[in-house]
Amino acid sequence: MEFKFAIEGGNFSKAGSASSEVKKILKQLNVNPKIIKRTVVSLYEAEVNVVAHAFEGNMNVDIDTDKIVVKIEDKGPGIPDIDQAMQEGYSTASPQVREMGFGAGMGLPNIKRNSDQMNITSKVDVGTELEIINYFG
Amino acid sequence: MVKVADMVDRLNARVICGSSDMDQEIQFGFASDLMSDVLTLDTENLLLITGLNNLQTIRTSEMSDISFILFVRDKKATEEMKELACENEITLIECGHSMFRACSILNEIGLQPVY
Repeated sequence: MEFKFAIEGGNFSKAGSASSEVKKILKQLNVNPKIIKRTVVSLYEAEVNVVAHAFEGNMNVDIDTDKIVVKIEDKGPGIPDIDQAMQEGYSTASPQVREMGFGAGMGLPNIKRNSDQMNITSKVDVGTELEIINYFG
Repeated sequence: MVKVADMVDRLNARVICGSSDMDQEIQFGFASDLMSDVLTLDTENLLLITGLNNLQTIRTSEMSDISFILFVRDKKATEEMKELACENEITLIECGHSMFRACSILNEIGLQPVY
């Protein structure tokens, strides 16, 4: 099953709506609730990152019998140093993002913690591609 | 374990959404205005105590399987927040205490810290 959701940069009132849709689908498929939670927490963190940092993005979801593969691509400033961005506490978030309860530099490390596989590539001034894979078994 | 009804009574709080869950018992409390920290928890049966009243408080709870949110410092949930909470069967409670006082009362009646 494949699904595609658009993510609007800067629109915090809609941040989380794509992850919420994925949660509903996984619940309907009777996936283990602990795996649903791990998956949607990582997707939500990624979605908030797009809203907080990029101009626009997409969440492409591919659900198989044994796993979910999600690719989140955005057009935006990109990440100059991914190793630095993976460190807990490192953040370039704006004051507006911090007012929303984010921007503590926990996003990417938390995505890694909540996914079985995480791959990230980024080009400065082009955008970022993040792949999250979680297995149901 | 503390009954939701007992927490509401001791805090002199108001349930503004999801009042059918009053007999449910909750084991843990976590107090934070930082949703990034809330998203790192893997504890079940948890009350989120927060002063952050925006839509992302509800979204964070939805993703984290948190069914009860207590707003402190007299923070009011917006209509949009109530709608999203109801849709996700999340109970919203408001009280006028500071976060420190609310946590102190809840701990006194048996609500446990996550760590």
